[in-house]
Amino acid sequence: MTTTHPTATPQANATGIPWKKVLLWSAIALTVIFSLGPPMWELLTSIKTNSAITADSVVYFPSLDQFTVEHYVQLFQRNQFHIYIFNSALVAIVSTVLCLGIGSPAAYALARLRIPGEQIVLACVLVVTLFPYILLFLGLLDLVRALGLANNYLALIIPYTAINMPLTILVMRSFFQQLPKDLEDSAKIDGYNTVQMLWQIVLPMTLPALVTTGILAFIFAWNEYIFALTFITRESMKTIPVAAAQLGGTTLFEVPYGPLAAATVIGTLPLVLLVLFFQRKIVQGLTAGSVKG
Amino acid sequence: MTQDYIRQRERRTGWLLILPALLVLLLVYAYPILRAFWLSVFTENLSTNLEPVFSGFENYGRMAQDGRFWASLGNTAIFTAASLVLELILGLGVALTLDQAFRGRGWVRTIAILPWALPTALIALAWRWIFNGEFGVWNDILMRLQIIGNPINWLGDPNWAMLGVIAADVWKTTSFVAILLLAGLQSIPQDLYEAHAIDGATPLQSFRKITLPLIMPQILIAMLFRFAQAFGIFDLIQVMTGGGPGGATEMVSLYIYATVMRYLDFGYGAALVVVTFVILIAVVAIAALYLSKVRHAAGVEE
Repeated sequence: MTTTHPTATPQANATGIPWKKVLLWSAIALTVIFSLGPPMWELLTSIKTNSAITADSVVYFPSLDQFTVEHYVQLFQRNQFHIYIFNSALVAIVSTVLCLGIGSPAAYALARLRIPGEQIVLACVLVVTLFPYILLFLGLLDLVRALGLANNYLALIIPYTAINMPLTILVMRSFFQQLPKDLEDSAKIDGYNTVQMLWQIVLPMTLPALVTTGILAFIFAWNEYIFALTFITRESMKTIPVAAAQLGGTTLFEVPYGPLAAATVIGTLPLVLLVLFFQRKIVQGLTAGSVKG
Repeated sequence: MTQDYIRQRERRTGWLLILPALLVLLLVYAYPILRAFWLSVFTENLSTNLEPVFSGFENYGRMAQDGRFWASLGNTAIFTAASLVLELILGLGVALTLDQAFRGRGWVRTIAILPWALPTALIALAWRWIFNGEFGVWNDILMRLQIIGNPINWLGDPNWAMLGVIAADVWKTTSFVAILLLAGLQSIPQDLYEAHAIDGATPLQSFRKITLPLIMPQILIAMLFRFAQAFGIFDLIQVMTGGGPGGATEMVSLYIYATVMRYLDFGYGAALVVVTFVILIAVVAIAALYLSKVRHAAGVEE
């Protein structure tokens, strides 16, 4: 991943200004400001007092008495945000584990075992990664009603498992293809059957790839909006994105800017942490999942 | 144990391993799409007491006359085209920057992929706040720079709202494009550039003659993914503008959602799903065909 390109030799021109370096560092600065600007503005808003938020001229550097944690306190006391965090975490974690558990064996079979129709299965998996969720929600709504799953975590866990399945199969398959086959061959000679061999020999070696895929699956599940909006209407079962988007003020005309910003910060924090710790894995997974296909 | 027997057992095990995944995919992808095709030839709305009544292609005929549908399709096309072009340009810029060697590259890369990882619905809240007509920071910046004289109600003005949602989408997904393009850039052997430079080529010429052709597959893949996502965009718009003001940012997906959830017009909603699906598949098929051609030309083996 980290190919080290030779450093661009700074070509000083007649004036002695290393234009190449100036250009590069401007581009870097722009990238950083562009990416961090909006989240940072949301963070700053979330810790400003209401009067600082709605001041006549925008407050960029609040004075000490313009800082507050009241918006966060309100979210947890009045709006019960810990419940939404729990809901989001529950459906995201359960669906991620399910997805890995069901998807990895399928990926293994597609990578290693000669199965008739394998190409068709793969092609279908590739195509469905492109389906927007809006195309699915009407049919899923039918299913949810028919099975009586409205306001049941399963109404989210099952779709989330499915929407992460293509990615899991593609990433894990490309991982299995890189795995040396000798180990499995000798395991077979030692009398392991396929399932035993998968469980006892392949699985331990697969952990890094499982982590990569799991992180991506968790992100997608945590971020999903339309199914969560449609299939869950009970307040106490909503997930963070829906709860935050529906946050209202105490009166119809009051827009709770501070709590909205705080809710955004709370809902994005777990993902910021994931990116901080697993940046490399996320990039690996994303490129393996789409480019290799 | 004969060879045949082993082969057969392997096959059976293979299918057993695939089966659960396949079932989940069929349930969540195949069933809803097929169901939409089926339901689209029925009228099922409040006038039929939500009972399906066969009506042939009536829903499709109605769609041809439905100004709101065509307006939403136009909005979706504008949104998709503008987002993709801007994301490609910016994404390429970010990728070229991250491909250089500099101190702290790991950190900058982490920061650059952050927007992609954050929940779209929450990002929509952040941008709604940035574009706020009364207290928004965007107005303040532009007024300080004396680009505008009076605050603009970005998301409340039909002329500006589309620009606002495009900006938010570009912010959110440029990093995705950049990640894919960066992977492409890193796979280009460095000696190609050196040889070209010895031949007297300028960096700009190398970019056009080496970089662009060699990352063309990644560009196409990134655009394909982005096309599908932008064409079906829902959460960002729903939270930022709700399709408003006056339908100025209503995308096909929002119209489908309103048709089903607000007007309870399931048959017509299904027909809208079918048409959206067909457009999507058609574009994807054309792009895939072109992609295989480009890959062939670039001699890239995956």
